[in-house]
Amino acid sequence: MATETQHLDAHAEEHEHHDAAGTKVFGFWVYLMSDLVIFGSLFAAYAVLMKGTAGGPTGADIFELPLILGGTFALLISSFTFGMGVLAMNANRVGQVKMWLVITFILGLGFLGMELYEFHHLINEGYGPDRSGFLSAFFTLVGTHGLHVTFGMIWILVMLVQLSTKGLTDKTRPRILCLSLFWHFLDIVWICVFSFVYLMGVL
Amino acid sequence: MFGKLTLEAIPYHEPILLISGIIAILGGAALLGALTYFRKWGWLWHEWFTSIDHKKLGIMYFIVALIMLLRGFADAIMMRTQLAIAAGGSSGILPPDHYDQIFTAHGVIMIFFVAMPMVIGLMNLVVPLQIGARDVAFPFLNNLSFWLFAVSALLVNISLFVGEFATTGWLAYAPLSGIEFSPGVGVDYWIWALQISGVGTTLTGINFFVTIIKMRTKGMTMFRLPIFTWTSLCANVLIIASFPILTATIAMLTLDRYLGMHFFTNDFGGNMMMYVNLIWAWGHPEVYILILPAFGVFSEVIATFARKRLFGYMTMVWATIAITLLSFIVWLHHFFTMGAGANVNAFFGIMTMIIAIPTGVKVFNWLFTMFRGSLELTSPVLWTLGFIITFTIGGMTGVMLAVPAANFVLHNSLFVIAHFHNVIVGGVVFGMMAGLTYWFPKAFGFTLDEKWGKRSFWCWFVGFYVAFMPLYVLSFFGAVRRMNSYPNAEWQPWMILAWVGAVIIALGILCTIIQFVVSIRDRKKNADVTGDPWHGRTLEWSTSSPAPFYNFARLPEVGDIDSFWSQKQRSNEQLEEAPYTDIHMPKNTAAGPIISLFAMIFGFAMVWHIWWLAGFGAIGMLVSFLMRVFNDDIDYYVPAAEVERIERAHQQRVEAQA
Repeated sequence: MATETQHLDAHAEEHEHHDAAGTKVFGFWVYLMSDLVIFGSLFAAYAVLMKGTAGGPTGADIFELPLILGGTFALLISSFTFGMGVLAMNANRVGQVKMWLVITFILGLGFLGMELYEFHHLINEGYGPDRSGFLSAFFTLVGTHGLHVTFGMIWILVMLVQLSTKGLTDKTRPRILCLSLFWHFLDIVWICVFSFVYLMGVL
Repeated sequence: MFGKLTLEAIPYHEPILLISGIIAILGGAALLGALTYFRKWGWLWHEWFTSIDHKKLGIMYFIVALIMLLRGFADAIMMRTQLAIAAGGSSGILPPDHYDQIFTAHGVIMIFFVAMPMVIGLMNLVVPLQIGARDVAFPFLNNLSFWLFAVSALLVNISLFVGEFATTGWLAYAPLSGIEFSPGVGVDYWIWALQISGVGTTLTGINFFVTIIKMRTKGMTMFRLPIFTWTSLCANVLIIASFPILTATIAMLTLDRYLGMHFFTNDFGGNMMMYVNLIWAWGHPEVYILILPAFGVFSEVIATFARKRLFGYMTMVWATIAITLLSFIVWLHHFFTMGAGANVNAFFGIMTMIIAIPTGVKVFNWLFTMFRGSLELTSPVLWTLGFIITFTIGGMTGVMLAVPAANFVLHNSLFVIAHFHNVIVGGVVFGMMAGLTYWFPKAFGFTLDEKWGKRSFWCWFVGFYVAFMPLYVLSFFGAVRRMNSYPNAEWQPWMILAWVGAVIIALGILCTIIQFVVSIRDRKKNADVTGDPWHGRTLEWSTSSPAPFYNFARLPEVGDIDSFWSQKQRSNEQLEEAPYTDIHMPKNTAAGPIISLFAMIFGFAMVWHIWWLAGFGAIGMLVSFLMRVFNDDIDYYVPAAEVERIERAHQQRVEAQA
């Protein structure tokens, strides 16, 4: 990611408002840090409420690791495909950028499908978020991540439209870069969710 | 169709609310009528509402804040009146439920809708000018932040006439604020007003942090930043790191209330103490978000009017940074009595006391700046002197509260109320009044009337002591906060004295209003033609008053702390003036007000469980945001000739006066 930023700065310096794109990406970094605090609060809440099962199921009772692992791999691979998309952008290949974005979108959809299936299944079993403090914290933490992924996917769609109508411009390039930061950020958060919630829950 | 909203929600059976409602509606109608009659709608929309000019946004923040100050103060005077009467079996004028709404609304309004917008408004007005920038990093977001705040303020006021406000106290402690104990819509108004304005505040924090880091003019290194900009930077760091905690906490409370979850409930594995921890993990940094910029104001005012460089610039900066860091590890002192154990309490008690050290450094810096300076006793200086005295007393009572053993006695008593008014009125309010007076000419091109400014100060200063010192006394008698009547008639004289203090403060507010009227009347006489009415030291005084929309025709270059001052000292050397160039500026946009309007519709619909309308608001927000994203026509160039014309006109005015 650092190399991407550097590349953009080097590229943008030829332009008149040499720091506009850099400022945008820096601002987005700062936003991501503040978003991280939201996740931090939700992780803290989960840690506090983990034992608050109120006679309901514990993590070990309900987590289906193979399913989650599938979703996890979909998301991890989508980070790789987005990285490829950014490389294609640096090589000025609009068509390839769009292709990688579409693949990323599909992988994101796969991840989201996994999560919705899991939620649907749990609620059907009677283990909805109103069952116990533990389940409230679980659904909220994982659901907040899922909501972020959903917004990321809407953003991918928006960028696909913009790439088709505007191409790679001074306005769309920093947006792709910010979106890639967002997407990798969600990946990192998910790794924490997977380790902290699912793996530790099953242990 | 309308969710929980029925005609019963309109409190026509409560005379106080009915009368204030009618006054508000008539006042609003009169305002709208006047705007229509004078055909000012277009002007208002194009010049102000859609403006991305940070100076205009700063002014709008202040206008809304001053209106909300009247509302918050009306609550205060009602509470004081109630307590002056309701002794020894009398129930006073306010029923308990209404009284509870009032103390909740008073706290929420004064912190979120008066103090915050004043601080943020001042940052808007001053920071880009002080660092020699033409605008903030993200001008559209700046406009959006303002409007998110403004519609939230509106939402709080709507609660006065449609439904009710929370009766939980300003931080809505769970489980009292949960659906079980607060089934009404009051807490929901609290939730959505704070959630929407909180998003705006977070955006402001990011915006100004990036602005200060990225947009400084040539030569403006970090250790040449004016102190107000430094304190703003630290306040923005605190916003970025703490407001997301508030967002998450309120979201969890929302899920408890709307979807029956169990974050903070008594049963089903919930943990209500977690709420108190989380809300103060945000809440304590929040008080430093308010006070740090006020410290910055005092530093600028003292250095300017003592005609000396600020004593100990570096220690001032490091003290600010130290306070910023420490503010995150003291939150538990708000609930020593919760039972965290002696070791934990001792840690947080000691950390809290340590904050007194950097704060003390600052106080001595201000004192030494005045020492052997030629201090001019203008009204900003009076506010500053009043602050130093009052804040020091408030700080000392704060250290007393930081002793866990003492805190077990003082907790929840009027001592706490007296303490935090001591620091917030004496610190933030005095600071904002000083800043308002100091930078008013930069915003409007004329200075405020000194005579009425000084009257306002003396009313506030005396009124504060008369209103709050009795509360310290009462706390030793055992008086607790948030009570609406008391059996012990011996307390009544002190309560009446406190009421007198509140009335004196009301006179102070009246003096400020008169000050505005008188100053606008005499604006020709008090015109600030040069742009430097106080012989200032920092860059904002190097441009004209009011500053042109592009701030600086040529971006200044900085070689020192207080570079404008040293530049004036060298004024005999004539600089070769570079020719004017085209200036790149952002365009005004309607996206901010439109997105925020949908946000308000969404918030209102969520309060009343009108789901279709909430969906409409959410989709409206998304669509209007996307329309902004797809709009490429967002900036333009001011031609060099136009810049030259504006600058010539300014120079001619200066020469005509000379």
